[in-house]
Amino acid sequence: MNVLHIVALAAVAVGGTAVVLMREPVRQALVAGVFGFTLAFLFFSFQAPDVALSQIVVATVAVPLMVLLALTKLRRDEEDDDR
Amino acid sequence: MSAGARTRAAARARLGPRTLLAALALAGLAALVVWAVSELTPFGTPSGPANGVVKTLVFKRHAANAVNGVTYDLRGLDTLGEELILFVAALGSSVLLRHGRESDEVERKRAGNEPGPRTADALRAYGTALVGPLVVLGVYVVTHGHLTPGGGFQGGVILAAGLLLAYAAGQVVALERVEPTTLVEVTDATGAMAYALVAVGGLVFASAALYNFLPLGTTGQLLSSGTILVLSCAVGVEVTGAVALILTELLDQTLLVGRE
Repeated sequence: MNVLHIVALAAVAVGGTAVVLMREPVRQALVAGVFGFTLAFLFFSFQAPDVALSQIVVATVAVPLMVLLALTKLRRDEEDDDR
Repeated sequence: MSAGARTRAAARARLGPRTLLAALALAGLAALVVWAVSELTPFGTPSGPANGVVKTLVFKRHAANAVNGVTYDLRGLDTLGEELILFVAALGSSVLLRHGRESDEVERKRAGNEPGPRTADALRAYGTALVGPLVVLGVYVVTHGHLTPGGGFQGGVILAAGLLLAYAAGQVVALERVEPTTLVEVTDATGAMAYALVAVGGLVFASAALYNFLPLGTTGQLLSSGTILVLSCAVGVEVTGAVALILTELLDQTLLVGRE
């Protein structure tokens, strides 16, 4: 365990807490993306570049896009119901 | 969120059966994690149990990246299951999202073929510039999985991102969507089938399913490690198709409904 590991673990703890505390879904999706990056950094600092790479592609491409698209659809449906 | 909802959420968070249940579950989970980690050999121990696995993969299977050796050789069956999970997930989401398509299609016809709102110039320029490098990077990551960190899954998602960037850079709404969707479906199915065929190939050409029956080559060269490289590419194709399929289905929904 060195300084890099401690910084990475602290960043993950802060990032995870931030995702939970952020209550607005669109912002939450973006904060979750940043949290994913801190996780990737953690994996990388523990010499697991393969997992870090998976984490980056999932956290930056797959999850935020799917969440944002799903939110757009849900909001459109709500607008339709209001009309 | 309204102020009323916020105070209600805060009140609920203060105490209540849900908080108690969450605290108990988290405490249990934390205890399990501590228990599991305490059994591990200290970080960086060269003589740990993983040492034998690495030796097998690097010297017997000629896979320089032992991680991918585990994924596509020693634990190839697990990966078969995982890629089928992704396949079924893509299938399920497209079945669910196409359920309401028929009514949308009517609206689409009514709206005629008029193009949607123009893509911002910045996005267009940025997207066009990035598509090429992203696709190259994706292909590199897929085909060099047995040598450097990466492999089929990671590279596949990068390739799907490149595809979506091409959508984003163009006038998405104006795109005729039927053709790409068919292509994406075929890609998804081809990758999944290729993996299964290589798995059966182990039975046909050797003694067991997923047996590494191809020539292993020299460690560190592009054409080495036998079926590990082939399976990595198959997963790359499948993941590209699956992720692109899920995202295009979601895009279709958003765009079609948004065109009223």
